[in-house]
Amino acid sequence: MTEGRHPKIVTVALAGTPNTGKSTVFNALTGLRQHVGNWPGKTVEKKSGICQRDGKVFSVVDLPGSYSLGANSTEEEIARDFLARERPDIVVAIVDASSLERNLYLVCELLQLGVPMVVALNMMDVARSGGLEVDAGALEAALGVPVVPMVARNGQGIQQLLESIEAVAEGETASPVDGPRLSPAVQPLLAKLDAAVPADLDIPYPRRWALVKLLEGDPSIRRSMKAALPPDAWERIRNILHQHEQAMLEIASSRYDWAAETYRRAVGRPGGENISLGERADRLLTHPLGGLIAFAAMVFGIYWLMFNLGAPMQGWLNDNVVVRSADALEDALRGWPDWSTSLLANGLIGGAGLVLTFIPILAILFLALAILEDVGYMARAAFVMDRFMHRVGLRGQSFLPLFLGWGCNVPAIMGSRIVESRAARLTTILVTPLVPCAARMVVIALFTAAFFGGAAVLVSWSMVMMNLAVLALAALLISRFVFRGQDSSFVMEIPRYHAPNIRTVLLATGERVRRFVMLAGTVILAMSLVVWAFSSFPSNDVGDSILGHIGRGLAPVGGLMGLDWRMMVALLTSFVAKEQTIATLRVILGTGDGANGALKTELTSIMVPAAAVSFIALQMLFVPCAASVAAIRQETRSWRWTGFAVGYMLTISFAVAIVIYQVARLFGLGV
Amino acid sequence: MRTDDRVVPLGTLRPGETGTVAELSGGRAFVARCLSMGCTPGTQVTMERNAGRGPIIVKLRGTRLALGRGESMRLLVRRQDDKP
Repeated sequence: MTEGRHPKIVTVALAGTPNTGKSTVFNALTGLRQHVGNWPGKTVEKKSGICQRDGKVFSVVDLPGSYSLGANSTEEEIARDFLARERPDIVVAIVDASSLERNLYLVCELLQLGVPMVVALNMMDVARSGGLEVDAGALEAALGVPVVPMVARNGQGIQQLLESIEAVAEGETASPVDGPRLSPAVQPLLAKLDAAVPADLDIPYPRRWALVKLLEGDPSIRRSMKAALPPDAWERIRNILHQHEQAMLEIASSRYDWAAETYRRAVGRPGGENISLGERADRLLTHPLGGLIAFAAMVFGIYWLMFNLGAPMQGWLNDNVVVRSADALEDALRGWPDWSTSLLANGLIGGAGLVLTFIPILAILFLALAILEDVGYMARAAFVMDRFMHRVGLRGQSFLPLFLGWGCNVPAIMGSRIVESRAARLTTILVTPLVPCAARMVVIALFTAAFFGGAAVLVSWSMVMMNLAVLALAALLISRFVFRGQDSSFVMEIPRYHAPNIRTVLLATGERVRRFVMLAGTVILAMSLVVWAFSSFPSNDVGDSILGHIGRGLAPVGGLMGLDWRMMVALLTSFVAKEQTIATLRVILGTGDGANGALKTELTSIMVPAAAVSFIALQMLFVPCAASVAAIRQETRSWRWTGFAVGYMLTISFAVAIVIYQVARLFGLGV
Repeated sequence: MRTDDRVVPLGTLRPGETGTVAELSGGRAFVARCLSMGCTPGTQVTMERNAGRGPIIVKLRGTRLALGRGESMRLLVRRQDDKP
């Protein structure tokens, strides 16, 4: 052993139920030396960092919040697989002292898994203020692992926690006590199962633990067991399990009995009745009507900030940074071939630069979301909106991201992270591009004004309603058929409110903004360049470019909607950005820049009103813009889901537009 | 007919009423989720918010849980009639 010279890196995993201050402890341990990525192949954030102390290096992994090791959600499955398979050197169980009993359930599971552990007894101040005195020493004696009382928000107890981690790493653990036992009723059952499972069972989990999980009906353990066993052995086991489906209740109850007993030993005399769970504030915030009004006010506030603070900054950035650097570049490249100037000025800066101007708006949005999340409000918002959302197969949490999509779909897709369950989150991401964003509304306003004069508002409104109906239908179908059978039950903790932790909030905001900048700098940039190339080659005239030829190729389909090839080209360029449609039409119809009057006149001469309505529908439902597609790819971490989103929207948009035009023609309306 | 008419779906409790969990039904995933969040047979639950439609909020083991309307009807509780 080369001890001392090359100290072994000790892996420390932070486990805990949501809302126990896990991120606060993680930030305190790692400071800014942390890395945020995704768990391999999952859409769940993985935070890890380095912590050094006395020359020792600890690699700290923040596991997703989980209530049990039962794999009831993707988050729980990740946490439990990491603990049971990767076997970190030390697990720090972060426990909320003010709701100790419920938190001890996870501790019980961790003890039964048999990992080297330290318990971080957080939020001691909250417990104390409610009259609850938790005796850390008594808890330590009951658990047989070190217990460190802390108030992570003020940094209290962090040093002691590090000392305990170090002590456990060096093997100086507290003397082991008899860990939580399963209920006597389960023991014979476990023995029966043990006898039925071959001794040479090869699965990546501890044997006894896996057998208990099997009795609990854990689907993923069932799968790996089935795969590892010969069919006849599995059949015997399956029969045993089938006869004892109630075992899961027994096991969970025995863990809670242990938790209640341990709680009594650690707390001595009862107390804590005065710990506020936020009932007073929730009299308004979860009220069926008052809660809605409060939520609407909150959303209005976010919008107000985005428009009054963010939009001016966006304008300033665009005028002073994007436009100027594009101009400067054009000057500097005078004499170079035309295509290279165009590539850099239009493709590069025009594409990614424009997206970068979104940063102020996004920063405000992400900051607001991080604060509302940290304070504990999000669960309340989800609660009041659930009544409406579950009718279309979504849950309350999806409302906020969807609603934010009215401004721009990109932050909405990125904001879908607040939706907890994977199926609900993916559904939210997949339908968000159907929210009519501001850029699409610009195009719609132009068309309705050109064709319908006084009735423009009514037509716009009808089209938005049509759009929302399609969204609701898509959400319903996706959640019903694509994610069929996945647990979408709405069981959610309503956490206690607490003052936001500035560090946690700023780190979360910074991380999300960083992700967006990465997105703009890579995928969005690449897509802008591709679209630029398609619209600039072989001719600089978009009508004769590759895009133009694709548009001509689509003319027969356009014919079904009363649209000629020029409209198809304009539609295709909306992939760059939705408002691009107008710029393209100006070029292709030769109406030039300036007022829209000439453009409107020209438009009315090349199509009938029915075709215009059909085009509006097409524009609204068409493939999301490049930035949205990139965001979908980033958030789903899957080209398959990205392709699915593009494909289904493409299909719906053409289908709806064709139906509109053909029905109008059938009845002789607007043709 | 149920022999014990005090066993009712959780969603029928009025705010302020208390019951103990008697039976969980409605699929393994849902039951497992309830169990992990402290809703085991015999647990005392107090209704806090129930508007007759939409989701509900209950208090149990010193924490609060929100459940969807459908979910609240799949959980049976034994009503405690301490009030006349």
